[in-house]
Formats: sequence, structure tokens, C-alpha cells
Amino acid sequence: MSMVIITINGKEFSAKTGEMVVDVARKNGIYIPTLCNMEGVIPQGSCRICTCLIDGRTMAACTTPVSHRMNVETNNAELEKIRTTIVELLFAEGNHYCPTCERSGNCDLQALAYRFNVLVSQFKQIFPTRNVDAKNPKILIDHNRCIQCKRCIRRMGGSGKPAWFSFKDRGHKVKVNIDHELTADFTDEMAQKAMDTCPVGAILKKEKGFDVPIGRRKYDTEPIGTEIEKEGAKL
Amino acid sequence: MSRKITIEPVTRVEGHGKVTIQLDDNNQVAQSRLHIVEFRGFERFVQGRPYWEAPVLVQRLCGICPVSHHLAAAKALDVIVGAGTGHGLTPTGEKMRRLMHYGQIFQSHVLHFFHLASPDLLFGIDGDPALRNVIGVALQHKELAVQAVMMRKYGQEIIKATAGKKVHGTGAIPGGINKHLTAAEKDFFLNGADPMNIDKMIDWCHGALDFFKGYHAQNKDLIDKFAAHPSNHVSLVRKDGAMDLYHGVLRGVDANGNKILNDVDCQTYLDHFDEEVKSWSYMKFPYLKSLGKEKGWYRVGPLARMNTADFIPTPLAQKEFEIFKAYTNGKPNGMTMHQHWARLIEILHSAEMMKELLNDPDLMSGELTTKGTKQKEGVGILEAPRGTLFHHYRIDDNDQIEMANLIVSTTSNNKPMNKGVNLAAKQFMNGQTEITEGMMNAVEVAIRAYDPCLSCATHALGKMPLEIKLLDANGKLIDKMDK
Repeated sequence: MSMVIITINGKEFSAKTGEMVVDVARKNGIYIPTLCNMEGVIPQGSCRICTCLIDGRTMAACTTPVSHRMNVETNNAELEKIRTTIVELLFAEGNHYCPTCERSGNCDLQALAYRFNVLVSQFKQIFPTRNVDAKNPKILIDHNRCIQCKRCIRRMGGSGKPAWFSFKDRGHKVKVNIDHELTADFTDEMAQKAMDTCPVGAILKKEKGFDVPIGRRKYDTEPIGTEIEKEGAKL
Repeated sequence: MSRKITIEPVTRVEGHGKVTIQLDDNNQVAQSRLHIVEFRGFERFVQGRPYWEAPVLVQRLCGICPVSHHLAAAKALDVIVGAGTGHGLTPTGEKMRRLMHYGQIFQSHVLHFFHLASPDLLFGIDGDPALRNVIGVALQHKELAVQAVMMRKYGQEIIKATAGKKVHGTGAIPGGINKHLTAAEKDFFLNGADPMNIDKMIDWCHGALDFFKGYHAQNKDLIDKFAAHPSNHVSLVRKDGAMDLYHGVLRGVDANGNKILNDVDCQTYLDHFDEEVKSWSYMKFPYLKSLGKEKGWYRVGPLARMNTADFIPTPLAQKEFEIFKAYTNGKPNGMTMHQHWARLIEILHSAEMMKELLNDPDLMSGELTTKGTKQKEGVGILEAPRGTLFHHYRIDDNDQIEMANLIVSTTSNNKPMNKGVNLAAKQFMNGQTEITEGMMNAVEVAIRAYDPCLSCATHALGKMPLEIKLLDANGKLIDKMDK
């Protein structure tokens, strides 16, 4: 595999051809916010929270492969505004009640809102009428909180078999559907994996919640991205 | 000419309500009502949510006593996850919850007595309203104000250590608790720098009781007679008759001390209680089925607990309990202002309980949760600061809540508070042609004695827009006065 040189925030880094910008940045301790992107899962570029200035154009860092002498700017006032707006739109579009959500403190969307200091959305709340699908014995899907990132669809499901999760309906009515027949024999491990795959509180493992005390949850002590930035400081 | 007097909102209580008093042509009180003008929909919008979310969701009813709702819901869900109906938790689970609960009782009672009620005692019911508030207490009784703040802080820190946050924590989960107490936390509460340690708190509890008893000796008429009336009383008691604020059986006594609810299992509460709805208030009127709507109403809260319990299982509070009981020769006490006395005895009891629990090694190690065979329905009842609190949930085959029934303490005190309003209005307003601010406050004092949580959510400090309207017999406005 050939190597290329790219510049991120004024510093040069070598990267393998075909690698995505977001992965190269992560490896080199530079945090680019992500939501629909997950390590090891084929990127989708649906949420656009990772939007960077790449060779002068705003592009999703999770779906843009590196090229030789590419110039990437990961953060500036304009990008911050784009990301803040995306987070505000996501909050306005769904029914995200953090105070009573068991993913509070472990939720990527909430953590991004804190990181970007989003206290009030500039957009009017839509308050959509959505349901909770709890027919599966091991997991439930709370459509109120789903951000349609498709992480569950892309990561969970049998290889070569029908998908466990899929999109149903179109446009603003689109929602994640779970195949109850295929997932009827879900194990606890599979349920946990599905929950961990979801960046918000839409997929929850049943009969277990709030078991991590406040103060020990993922984002209780450090903002999202700090882990990557700490690694970067060591380099 | 008849007049209608409106007191809106009622101040120095939690939540929003108003009082209307109708005076007849001879300026006699013809009718009085305490209206609760807010509507809360928790019983409805908890439906469809996964059951394990309930303790965190329903506590949002209130910012003063969320722990009570958090724990009552958790207790109901203990039954649903098969952890038994009160004694099935692990020692760590039960004791951590109890510590949280006593911290809650402690801070809530302190808040009520010092911040909300003491201005009436320190400055008089008809004292200068500019001074008759918590700021006035801080300005003129600094030492008392500092005690109030530090005592409340101690209780709140206990809640934080057990629930994760001072307000709206997540500690209690179905079948137990989600954390242990750390050695540092234990040391902080037992041996913290003055005044933040449990021995100082117990000292200050005695100080508060001495203050009240001294005031009582000098103001017997007010404390003994103001809005006093006989009633039934209901609370939980331990199976041996001891006061137990976290768990027990339901006991009711009438004004003569006869048992009208004989130590029944909490899971059977629907066999004994019902609720009446009236068109003029969003708050229901609970009553004991055996006595019917007219005679079955009852009081809950500190005074009721003194009347139902046979003894208090901590030595210092027991001594105070004996003095309290001796005042009425062991008979049930219907003196509304004695709620404050009872509340202070409970502060002392809570402090003693916290000390006992903090010295218990089970808090620092041991299994946190337990589960058994899942049930479809569960009832959780405890003694919240304001009285007996009922939470009842039923779930469907998908683990979603399909029914919730909450009987909040203040709801049980609805009829007694209305009775108190009527008595205070008659005492202070009958025959009066001019209604003063002090008279209006007297009506509020009768309500305030119950420490009501009218919405279980809000409380405002500062100038409240109390308004009196004088209407003629046809309802035409003839005069208006703002507070």
C-alpha cells in the first residue's frame, strides 16, 4: 500500500492511500467530532458532524479518503458553527429528554452538545409523535431518540443474511426497523453490542439501566474527544 | 354585601395554588377553598416507558423531594423484578437507600422549618411582610440562617453521596442501588470539619427543638389553637409499631386513637384507599374506603406519624417523642401547628439514623442488587417528608409501563388543608370589613404547616403577586389590593 503525505492543521502526516481523513486524524491525536462514524464500520457520511475544510472545500472527513498533499483544516469558527447547527437540528428533530435518559453521561450527541456549548437550540422543537418498539425480549428501540445514523444497520446483522436492522419508510418518516423474527434469539452479548453501537439512547438493553453511577459515566469527567487529544499531546 | 377573597398564589410553599374565601352579607365566611391550579401528567406520560426508567423519570415531579419519588418508584419496581416487597434487597441496597432517604427527610424538613415557616414565628403572622421571609431571617437571625443553610447542605451532600447528585440522582435502581459509599465519604460525614459532621447536626437538631419549645411556651394560644382540629391520621409504621420512614405496614388511627387501618400490607392499599375528584381543583381527595368519602379523610406527615407510631427507635428522638406524647396525655394530637414540633423531632430522628447507618460497614461493600421472578405489578410506599407516598405500576409483556398510580403526600392532606384554611379564615376574617395582609398570611400559615408540595416542582422566592379582589354579590369587582 502506497503512502501519501497530508497536512492537518498545518502539520504534515503520512497516511496510507485509501484511509479516511477522520481515521488519520484520530491516529495522530487530532480530534474530529463524529456521530454516525464508528471505527471498524463502513463509513456513511450521513450526519456531517465531521465536516472539515479539505483543500478549501467543506467535506465529510469520515468519507473522504486521503490524497497526496491534501490540506485539511479540522477546526475554525465556520466549522464550529456547522457542527453546532447540526447538533441543534438533531435535538430539535427528535424527543431527546436527557434528564430521564439512561444514556445520559454516555451519549455521544449529548456529549457533543456539551462540547459545543449548545444549551438551547436555535430551532423550534418539532416534538414528533414516535413510539417505543419493545417487542424484542432483549432490546428495545426508542424511536424518539433515534438520529438515523445507521450505525446499527451497518454494524449489526448477519453477514450474507438478511439484516437485523433496516430503514423503514422514507423522508422525515424514516425509522430504524428491527426484524423481530431474526433477532428473537438475541443473546445478552448481542444486545449489549447493539446498545453500544448506538451513539444515543435509541437502542437499549432491556431490564438494565442506570447501573453506572453518576460520576463514573463515560463523559462525566472529560468532554468527548479528550481521549484522542490526550494521545495527541503525547506525540 | 357578600365578597369573594382570592389569595393567589399561596406563598412559601412548594408549587402554585390559590385560596378563595366567600364572605356573606354579614362578613362571615360562607365558603373557603384551596385550589391547586397546576396540572401535572406524570401518571399518563410514564405510560409506555420501560419500567426501569420510572425512578429517574417520576422524580422530576419535584425539585425538593425528588428522592422520595425516586425511592418510592424503585420500591415498586423491586416488587416487579422479584426482589420482594420490602425486605428482599441486599443489606447494602437497603441501607444505602435508607441513608439517601434520611438525608432527604433531613434536608427537606430543614428547608421547610427554617426557610419557609420560621419567618412566621420569628416576625409574627402579621409581621412586616418585607421582613417576614428567609432574607429577613438571614438579616436579623444570622446564626439561625447559617444553621439552616449548613444543615440543608449536609442532607444534600448525603443525597449526592448515595444518589450521585444532590437533585435528581440515579442511585436507586430496581432491585437495589448502583454504588457503595466510599471511605472518604463516610469519614466526611462522620468526622468532617466543623460544622459539617453528624454530631454537630444532632446538636443543631436539639437547638431547633429548644427554639420551638421556647416559642411554644410563650405563644401557647397560637401553637395549640391555630387551625387545630381533630382528624384521622395515616402513616407507615414498622411491624412492631416503631416509626419507620422507609418501609412498614399502613396504620391509621382516628381522633381518639382507635385503629381504623390495622397495619395492612402496602401491596393491598387499593383495598383500603380511594380518591375523590372535585371540579374546582386538580388535586384529588383520598379517603379510607371503610369510612367513606365524608368521614374517611385523613392527615399524613410528621404530625400523623407521631400519632400512629408507638415509639421512635432512636434514643434521642424517643425522648422528644415522649415529651410530645405527654402533652396530649398520649392521645392523638390534632393541633395543626404541632406539625412543626413533630417535624423537628423527625429531623433529630433522621440525624440519629444517618449516624447509625454511616457506621455500618454494609454501606461500603457487598452486593448492590438482587432479582427474582418477575412480576407484572408492584406497589412502593414510603414516608416522604410530607407524608405517606404511594407509587403503583403495572407493566405489559414488553416491559413497558401500562399503568401508574401516584398518591402524593400533599394529596392526602388536601381535605385537612382545606379544613385549616376554613378555620383560619373564620378566626381571622369573620366580621371584618377590612381584609389586611396579616389576615391573608394567617390563611397561608394554616396551609404552610403541612409543608405542601402543590406541584411537586416549583418554588419562588421574592415578591409574589398576592392579590385580593373584593367582589359584590353579583361578582362585580369593587376593590383590589396587591401584596
